Amino acid sequence: MKATKILNGNQTIAEAVRQIDPDVIAAYPITPSTAIVEIIASFRADGLITGEFVCPESEHSAMSVCIGAASAGGRVMTATCSQGLALMWEMLYIAAGLRLPIVAAIANRALSAPINIHGDHSDTMGARDSGWIQIYSEDSQEAYDNFIQAFRIGEHPDVLTPVMVGFDGFIISHSAEVVQVEDDAAVKRFIGDFKPPYPLLDTNRKFTVGPIDFTDYYFEHKRNQIEGIENSPRVIEEVGKEFGRTFGRTYGFFEEYRTDDAEIGIVVMSSAAGTGKDAVDELRAEGKKIGLLKPRVFRPFPYRQIAEALKKMKAVAVLDRSSSPGAFGAPLFTEVRSALYDYEKRPKLVNYVYGLGGRDIKVEHFKEVAGKLEKIATTGKVDEMLGYLNLRE
Amino acid sequence: MKKETWKELPTGTVNIHAGNSVSNLTGTWRSGRRPEFIEKNCIQCFFCWLFCPHFAILVKDGKVTGINYDYCTGCGLCAEECPTKEKSIVMVKEEIKLAEGRKK
Ligand code: SF4
Ligand code: SF4
Repeated sequence: MKATKILNGNQTIAEAVRQIDPDVIAAYPITPSTAIVEIIASFRADGLITGEFVCPESEHSAMSVCIGAASAGGRVMTATCSQGLALMWEMLYIAAGLRLPIVAAIANRALSAPINIHGDHSDTMGARDSGWIQIYSEDSQEAYDNFIQAFRIGEHPDVLTPVMVGFDGFIISHSAEVVQVEDDAAVKRFIGDFKPPYPLLDTNRKFTVGPIDFTDYYFEHKRNQIEGIENSPRVIEEVGKEFGRTFGRTYGFFEEYRTDDAEIGIVVMSSAAGTGKDAVDELRAEGKKIGLLKPRVFRPFPYRQIAEALKKMKAVAVLDRSSSPGAFGAPLFTEVRSALYDYEKRPKLVNYVYGLGGRDIKVEHFKEVAGKLEKIATTGKVDEMLGYLNLRE
Repeated sequence: MKKETWKELPTGTVNIHAGNSVSNLTGTWRSGRRPEFIEKNCIQCFFCWLFCPHFAILVKDGKVTGINYDYCTGCGLCAEECPTKEKSIVMVKEEIKLAEGRKK
């Protein structure tokens, strides 16, 4: 039965896992995503799920188990973050290369050194070129909704690509919120059955999965892999709309908040977008023409749609919760800036790195950014293209 | 065999041509030496057959009869493992002919 519950991010993911009941769940506990694995283990012990639960000796092995199980034809998931995701690295590329629609729940956490257990996007941003679809969630409700949709998106025959769903470590993974948990049967119906094209357990057909490619085939197979994620935007949109028709919450590539007549804008993902919206409300009350854009899908990057949404603004700040040392800017910034390159008329763009290692970002910091944007919008001049928020200088 | 374009390949790194390694003539990899079978010394222990990484030891009617040079890479494992006092497989010099082995 449909129910309104008080759950934190980890619990909402576990609820979705219980409802989906994947064939194989392979995961190794790591803070702050540990609770997902613990709750799933108790579900299994209590007979609430029937899928195999495998707890191997490391995240590298967990992803390897996922790859094996998905190759066999199973619906498969894992949960991890930070060092755990980093340890999965080489296997992430293999999952994507084999076109296995594994779903991973990631409680986004900073990477060592220095060691830190709090939320930032360094982990998934590091995996942005691994070939996985990446969806980011603002709160527990979105984490739940995105996680359910991830199966439908990844398993679509035109897509067949693994999907990672991010939600900020601790800020979302450990904060209790009111969450709408849908009816078990309705979720199962929405997900439907997974029909893998080449399940290894189908012994009637002869084929090999993942043999070596030399110079004569590797390139073609890689291009073939890219096609899966290139096909995904249409599917992501369709699934987001169908989710809306079924459960009342519609999803697209990003959310626009009060951008209609906005002259300045802030682009920010995940939990900080909630704080950003509060700041926008306060600034709007003061008469400032400001809006916010919250990307939900980072891979594939919806460059055309984002550029269309931002092109009329005068100045835009892109806020990144990760850094790309030595690069032209942090990951989200370089994507947004590139997306706008082909437009004659486009806003001035600046980049702020915030919240590394779980550093708080408050309404006042968004206002600080808005102040700088206003100045850029009036003068048309950018003094500082890359800055840091709430950092002791 | 005509090589597929990326659009013609099956989804995922899947090879649907079962047994297609037959067309991969690994004998073309040999460079400078090849094994030679000396039947009179052979005790039919099958060590060479067991160790050969390319299934290049020819067997007929349950007996080792020689080497399949279409697939033998000249690695020398068979000669190394052959246990007879007077070796039943020895590595000999071979002139490199690029076209060698490309019979099929
Ligand atoms: S040299 Fe190597 S490849 Fe050739 S027959 Fe001997 S073991 Fe096999
Ligand atoms: S290892 Fe030597 S003795 Fe044994 S079967 Fe092969 S060639 Fe004959």
